[in-house]
Amino acid sequence: MVGNLISLTLNGRKRKVEAGRSVLAAARQFGIKIPTLCYHEALEPVGSCRLCVVEVTSGGRTRIMASCVTPVEEGMIVRTDTPRITEIRRTIARLLLARCPKVEIIRRTARELGVKVTPFPKDNEDCYLCGMCIRACAEIAGVGAIGFANRGPKSHVEPPFGQESNVCIGCGTCTTICPARTFDLARVFARKSMHKAAEGKETLRCTICEDHYTGA
Amino acid sequence: MNKQGKAGGVARRLEVCFGTACVAAGAREVLDALKAEIERRGPDAEVGVAKTACSAYCDLGPVVRMEPEGIVYGPVSVKDVAEIVSQHLVGGRVVERLAVTTQPALDSIPAVTETGFFKNQVLIAMRNRGRIDAESIEDSIENEGYLALAKALTAMKPEDVLEEVKRSGLRGRGGAGFPTGMKWEICRKAPGPQGKYVICNADEGDPGAFMDRSLLESDPHAVIEGMALGALAIGADVGYVYVREEYPLACERVLKAIDAARAYGLLGRNILGSDFSFDINVVRGAGAFVCGEETALMASIEGKEGRPRPRPPFPAQKGLWGKPTNINNVETWANVPPIVLHGGAWYASLGTQRSKGTKVFSLVGKVKNTGLIEVEMGTTLREIVFDIGGGILKDKRLKAVQTGGPSGGCIPASLIDLPVDYEELAKAGSIMGSGGLIVMDEETCMVDVAHYFVSFLEEESCGKCTPCREGIRRMREILGRIVKGEGRSGDMELLESLGTVIKESSLCGLGATSPNPVLTTLKYFRDEYEAHIYKKRCPAKVCKALIVYRVVPEKCTGCQRCVRACPAQAISGPRSQPHNLDPSKCIKCGACYEVCRFDAIAGDAIYVE
Repeated sequence: MVGNLISLTLNGRKRKVEAGRSVLAAARQFGIKIPTLCYHEALEPVGSCRLCVVEVTSGGRTRIMASCVTPVEEGMIVRTDTPRITEIRRTIARLLLARCPKVEIIRRTARELGVKVTPFPKDNEDCYLCGMCIRACAEIAGVGAIGFANRGPKSHVEPPFGQESNVCIGCGTCTTICPARTFDLARVFARKSMHKAAEGKETLRCTICEDHYTGA
Repeated sequence: MNKQGKAGGVARRLEVCFGTACVAAGAREVLDALKAEIERRGPDAEVGVAKTACSAYCDLGPVVRMEPEGIVYGPVSVKDVAEIVSQHLVGGRVVERLAVTTQPALDSIPAVTETGFFKNQVLIAMRNRGRIDAESIEDSIENEGYLALAKALTAMKPEDVLEEVKRSGLRGRGGAGFPTGMKWEICRKAPGPQGKYVICNADEGDPGAFMDRSLLESDPHAVIEGMALGALAIGADVGYVYVREEYPLACERVLKAIDAARAYGLLGRNILGSDFSFDINVVRGAGAFVCGEETALMASIEGKEGRPRPRPPFPAQKGLWGKPTNINNVETWANVPPIVLHGGAWYASLGTQRSKGTKVFSLVGKVKNTGLIEVEMGTTLREIVFDIGGGILKDKRLKAVQTGGPSGGCIPASLIDLPVDYEELAKAGSIMGSGGLIVMDEETCMVDVAHYFVSFLEEESCGKCTPCREGIRRMREILGRIVKGEGRSGDMELLESLGTVIKESSLCGLGATSPNPVLTTLKYFRDEYEAHIYKKRCPAKVCKALIVYRVVPEKCTGCQRCVRACPAQAISGPRSQPHNLDPSKCIKCGACYEVCRFDAIAGDAIYVE
């Protein structure tokens, strides 16, 4: 069902898009490339990687907004390709490249933005904290077994208090969705969460992974 | 509650300040001693003794005030109590050695409101400062407490309350300065499910700032009344006070005040017999700086991680538990009752064109009078630092004033005549913030200051968005190199470009303001950065890696003071001969420099590698 259409200007061209969509979705609809590292169509957007920033003019003010969490508005003027936007995206790419120099999706995104080197000392993290695993666990699996622990540069993903999770069902949604291909179920699973849940119960054995599950 | 004694036919009262600073300095013991001493002297010394709200002269705690004379004593210790009672209460003579005054040699003691610190202040939010017992709702009611609420419920419509606040031009005192009336109106008009919320943001986290703590501790009823008025205007029926656990006294007093207000029918169902019902809950935060950001604060109340979320939707549309929510900080709420009582036009007559009314600042740093001040918007930094603050400690030179907390900017001494309001501060690259004001003298290294604040912000970044989480850390690394003498050419440019990106692209206000200390010091004190990076010198002689202490043999008399002072046994030498300072043992603490009477160590002789 097509909702109400509203008009906005995208990179100088008048466009009509469905009301309620995000600027990112609208831009992609018309083939405009906007890089993202924390956006996934199946998940609620959080606007945390900030790579998808665009310049938005509405109500006489021009602001830099994350397009994935900015809803389209009638009369809005959006520019996705100004020098300022390019500079912000490149800086973010340099920061992420320094954090995760070996993660393929970061390397590729940086390359596409024309960033080959980073001026910052390199770490060797495998996770860039997009939080897709956390959102997938809560929103898709409906479980919420993992979350962010700690703050700032020390943030990392783990079950509450780093203890074994007694709610994880071992579904693997987190590992499947991880764009860095680094989220290992072992981080939650090694703590025997599902096995624990299955203890003493009538369980079936999975024909693929040989693990137990408590289904009918 | 306040037993009032009579002396010469006039009610007299001894008031002991019970703010956190005074309690920490021993106000409780002083109060007990005063009571005991008066008891002992019997009818001679008939007087009421009361504890009062923070008097805001924190530097001089414990503070005791004699009414009706208005003489303020401080700091008062238990040992001074007998003298105050016998000489002033009984004998009628002021105890000059303890009286607060700006005159070094005094002929007569001026009333406290006539001294420099207080004379230039205009009290609206802090109207009951030092005057009422914060734990007594009767005291508050005696001083116009809840009068505005009574007026609003009997003689005004909710729209009228909103109209007065809009007319007053009051803007959010938590930092961003959004017009309060407009914010209320958006929330009032927001369609939505039944139930709207008002929140008081008391998650004050700026190092060295204590406006909100003091207001909650000294006049909690002003905040409760303000929230009730806001709830009435907006159509909310539940309020939350979000206060950090590190403020135990504020928590305790606001809880007591809410109980008292409920008992008086000033909170709860059908307030003052009207059909308006409103109640307040207190939520204690765990003390994360970022939870002062409104969306993070609401997440924290909901029991989620204290992380901000993007706006829109704004809290006025979709706030706490998904319902329209209006959130203001402590000082904003405290300003509401006088506005409703005396009218928005009265409030708008104070201040500048776009910043109305007054602002509370915590004046700290290298200034003679420290404490809380409330001044009219548009007061210049010069008036604040020199007239109210009494000038720089030890009469050194002013270098900069940092406004707005850790993510505020450093304003150089050359802009000392800047009138303080939202617009002028923004033009200078700083922010109003919640009102921290740190005075820095010539011995402050601005690169070190930037490094300190960025380290704080790195620690307090929630880690959600890339520019703030990764960017602040990199700024801190670069600054850390520079203060260690490992700065490289290109560092300043990198800091500038990185800072600009963080400012423009961060998710919330914490990230967006975090580069301010770096960008403003780069703008106004570029020469200090250059000295650190290119000459490997710290002009203010603060950065330890860049200074070397040595003894100047021509000046050293061999008195051995420095030998005794040195905690690292780095100085040796026989008496009456120039001493030797072993640089390999020196920890650069500066103790020798402090004790040397002959300018033989450091001084102009600080030798820089």
